[in-house]
Amino acid sequence: MTLIETLFPLGWQHYLLGGLTIGAGVALLYLFNGWVGGMSTVFSSTWSYAFKRPFLQQERFLSSRQWRLVYAAGVVLGALVWRMALAGGEAQHTSVPVWQLLVGGFLAGYGARLGNGCTSGHGICGLGALQLPSLGAVLTFMGTAFLTANLMRLV
Amino acid sequence: MNTPMNPHTLTLPKALITLLAGALFGFGLSVATMIQPEVVLGFLRFQDWGLMLVMGGAAGLAMLAYKGFPNWFKRPLLGGQFLTQPAQWNRQTVVGSALFGIGWGLSGVCPGPAIAALGTGNTDVLWALAGIVLGGLAHALTARE
Repeated sequence: MTLIETLFPLGWQHYLLGGLTIGAGVALLYLFNGWVGGMSTVFSSTWSYAFKRPFLQQERFLSSRQWRLVYAAGVVLGALVWRMALAGGEAQHTSVPVWQLLVGGFLAGYGARLGNGCTSGHGICGLGALQLPSLGAVLTFMGTAFLTANLMRLV
Repeated sequence: MNTPMNPHTLTLPKALITLLAGALFGFGLSVATMIQPEVVLGFLRFQDWGLMLVMGGAAGLAMLAYKGFPNWFKRPLLGGQFLTQPAQWNRQTVVGSALFGIGWGLSGVCPGPAIAALGTGNTDVLWALAGIVLGGLAHALTARE
């Protein structure tokens, strides 16, 4: 096997193409609107509609909560277009156990908001803006994710 | 008189661009198979390095945008200003990122793919979306700032 086949047993082109498409979306949002398109802030800013706590009523959530919902709706739309155009309309499935999805999701949601960013906010936008704190965040969550995923394989 | 406009103001053209930008994001995640938790977990178990290409390709274009556009254009094409979102290195960033990684490594799902599951019809992954929504709420209701 070549090195490429060892590193990318499922091929590499779709990864690069997908990543560049994501980057094009982030760049478009910046070019036309001037906005930094991390994904996880919507999980704080949207709650500002329902709760009046001072934390949620910060300007940074109130001012951006509308466009963040539109941005999320766009993600749904893009995934739907992919499903209809390239996946034969089939609904997707995963075999990861429900408890791992739910508990893992909860920790990921809480942690992303506490750490002010996720794989897109720190990983794509923060690294793209050459911010050292984001590099630290990426190395931190990569580290704990490697550990967790490999420990789960042992159990 | 020039009244300073809220740079986040959502006009109709800006809403359409935002929707298109989100759609590219969701389509790209799908093409890159990041919407499949198994693929993400395969990366985290050193079986497939594709995620590096996804993040590298996306961050590379983002870097061109964040470093280039403010030099080439006075302001965004639809008005407002080029915003920055400075990240901070403090205890919250470390603890939050560590917890995020544990959750990501447990589920194979992060916020973008969780949202995309509404489009791909992956009802299993909606459990992760529910978890993220609740995790965001738990943070919002306990955070001090």
